[in-house]
Amino acid sequence: MSVLLDLREVSKRFGGLQAVRNLSFDVRQGEILGLIGPNGAGKSTLFNLINGVFAPDHGRIIFDGIDITGERPYRVARYGLARTHQIVQPLTNLTVLDNCTVGACFGRKNLPLARAHEAAREAIAIAGLENRAAMLALNLTIAEKKRLELARALAAQPKLLLLDEVLSGLNPTEVEHMIGVVRRIRERGVTILIIEHLMQAIMGLSDRIVVLNFGQKLAEGLPAEVARHPQVIEAYLGDPKLAAELQGAG
Amino acid sequence: MPLVRLMRRPFFWILALAIAVFALAPVFGNNVALREALILDAVYITLASNLNLMLGYAGYINFGSIVFFGLGGYTCVWLVNSYHWPLGASLLVAGVCVSVLALIFGLGILRLRGAFFALATVGIVEAVQAFAENFTPWGGSSGIYLSGDIFTPLGGPARALWVIYFMMVAVMGLSLYLSYAIKSSKFGLGLLAIGQNEDAAAILGVPTPLYKALVYSASAFLPAIAGGLYFFKSAFIQPSDAFDLTLSTEALVVAMLGGQGTVAGVAIGAFLYEELRGYLLTSSMFANFQLFVSGALLLLIVLFFPGGLMGFIYRHFPRTQKVLE
Amino acid sequence: MLGVLASIIDGVLVGLVYGLAAMGLTLIWGVMDVINLTHGTMIVAGMFGLYGLASAVGAPPYLALPPVLIGGFLAGVLLYWVAVHRMVGRPPLMSLLSTFSINLMLIGLGTSIWGTALFNVEVALPGFSLGRYTFPGAHILAAVLAALIAASLYLFLQRSRLGKAVRAVANNREAAELVGIPTTRVLAITVGCGVAIAGVAGMLIGTLFPFTILSGDSYQLKSFVVTALGGFGNPVGALFAGIALGVLEGAVTPFVPVSWTLVIEFALFVLVLVVFPGGIFAARRGAL
Repeated sequence: MSVLLDLREVSKRFGGLQAVRNLSFDVRQGEILGLIGPNGAGKSTLFNLINGVFAPDHGRIIFDGIDITGERPYRVARYGLARTHQIVQPLTNLTVLDNCTVGACFGRKNLPLARAHEAAREAIAIAGLENRAAMLALNLTIAEKKRLELARALAAQPKLLLLDEVLSGLNPTEVEHMIGVVRRIRERGVTILIIEHLMQAIMGLSDRIVVLNFGQKLAEGLPAEVARHPQVIEAYLGDPKLAAELQGAG
Repeated sequence: MPLVRLMRRPFFWILALAIAVFALAPVFGNNVALREALILDAVYITLASNLNLMLGYAGYINFGSIVFFGLGGYTCVWLVNSYHWPLGASLLVAGVCVSVLALIFGLGILRLRGAFFALATVGIVEAVQAFAENFTPWGGSSGIYLSGDIFTPLGGPARALWVIYFMMVAVMGLSLYLSYAIKSSKFGLGLLAIGQNEDAAAILGVPTPLYKALVYSASAFLPAIAGGLYFFKSAFIQPSDAFDLTLSTEALVVAMLGGQGTVAGVAIGAFLYEELRGYLLTSSMFANFQLFVSGALLLLIVLFFPGGLMGFIYRHFPRTQKVLE
Repeated sequence: MLGVLASIIDGVLVGLVYGLAAMGLTLIWGVMDVINLTHGTMIVAGMFGLYGLASAVGAPPYLALPPVLIGGFLAGVLLYWVAVHRMVGRPPLMSLLSTFSINLMLIGLGTSIWGTALFNVEVALPGFSLGRYTFPGAHILAAVLAALIAASLYLFLQRSRLGKAVRAVANNREAAELVGIPTTRVLAITVGCGVAIAGVAGMLIGTLFPFTILSGDSYQLKSFVVTALGGFGNPVGALFAGIALGVLEGAVTPFVPVSWTLVIEFALFVLVLVVFPGGIFAARRGAL
């Protein structure tokens, strides 16, 4: 499998905090790569580095053969990289359809408005928001906003989708539904890098797992391998419940 | 969105009809008083409508939109006076120059976000006014007077005033259509996204610095031409008139009154505001209180009707939303 | 050489007053993310308070300080309830517009009452001489008073119970509410203090320079420059940045026409914001 996203020794420091340290791994074409680690391990910072919200202090980020290190977010989006936010960021006074049309218009395909509408409707259908299309984003429930995040990113028809805790805050039924949506997206050939705290879910979804701790890579491998990894278990021991889940899931 | 597709929507024709009525109203009965009132309305609508591109779409407050009007006025009057250019060419050059200047400025100051941008726009007024006061070709603080024969090419003063009126109405109409066309375009959608959440918009791929600078520049073009016409008509321009912050403020009040982000609302707001102002100026009690009343009006809108008139109409007659933009 | 030193010293004296004025702006900004666009007019209100008491009644000018302080506080509390209360937590542009409209109303009222005539308050105080140069007594006293008021604000914020509540609200309004701090009252008091400080600074400036009802714009601008230099929401930074601006003004004034001074200050404001989005003196926001 070819490499879609290649991180080479990426580091980022905020004041006295080394958020990401010398991190290297790659995401391969067509896979779902899970990114786990205790709170504050640097997962969200890593997403912000990849899609250009912050520039890394050191290291390179290569996406689909292009060096995107330090590129502005809107350039990165144009190359075919879309993301969702852990804290939802809807365009509140626009409709669900318009939200997704923005994604389609300015994403990889740079579609004209009319064709962007079609792409947006398609993405809305995949995310299961058809009967909310004409609603203003601010009137959605939190679960619907999470799906909107996903639909909007998907409408951009990205090569790589970064999912930041799309399952958090959802009830079990909604979680089931969302997992189905993520699977369907992958079947369409979109590569996915996903951050998630629900161990059961991410272990089941991911082809491979990368574990971060204190901004460094702790382990990398198949879900079952990672779950047995002694250092990983140790890292999660601060949170026995998670550690137990990890073992159960593996 | 291509023009043809816009023309399939009823709002296109509602707008066209309204502009035609506006243009022809004073023609019947040769009503000069009405014409003079309406030309001021046209100025307000032009300023407010272009201000709205920044305010209502991109969510950026421009306290200094008057610089476009004033600089356009200066450029036009200067070209007519010193180089004897025809009015049409002077207006066009004024519009283009001011737009280009706005683009250059915009790429710089639009790196400031939100409130900081708003504060910086006040500075631009100060800077431009200081420039005009010290720039000798523009007559410094005493300004430029046009000679009496400038109206001759337009067929004498009486006819010239009608020509200027129709040109001003055309500028107003173009402003409304520009506003409408941008709102219905991909560019407009990008601006609306910026107005809602600039960071999220950038992450979705909206080229935020470019779009902001472009809309800032676009919002300068027609006000500059309107300024050119206005000061050509007065045959006189000086810094304190050209860069009068009151007019910027009124444009802001008008846009908020009508409903920021709407096309029709801004026009209705301008009309209402002009009527109100006319009443206040003629009633002895309020003559000195114009600023006070503008301020009170704006406060009431911001506090209680942030959607303005159109927001009110949309809320009570939701179906109008499909027709009125 | 002595001339340069003299203009630096005078810059420091005037700059302390600019710094005090900016503290009023930055206090409100830091605590509730509201940019008070009535700031300049409140400065002018302080000047007219001084004029009213000193010229009309004939009282010694510095006796205007307590009434201006109290009047400013009450005006600020009123401003909070009319224009700010409903805006807290809404997009910052809305509070910008609401304070902007109050400012229009005040300017409209002011110009129709006083017109735009120039007012002047004479302060007869002995100066302090350094060689050929004499520093006006008014400048020295204004600087001393500004420093004293700034110090008391600092002590109030650091030591008093109420001051600690203000800092808590600035830090995290929800958490402050949870631990039982009456946040609304604290916000109202903060605006009251901010406006009172602006008014007193205006009163002190009134003892230095002549003024009109429209002078507020340029002093408001100076406060913005100072706030940007000193860090948003950082009163101590504001005081030092005020001194820096005063010195700069003293150094620039002889060489530049008056109408350009404002432009230079504005350019400085924009430049600082573009290069140091958080301010120069402050490493971070919310240094209250």
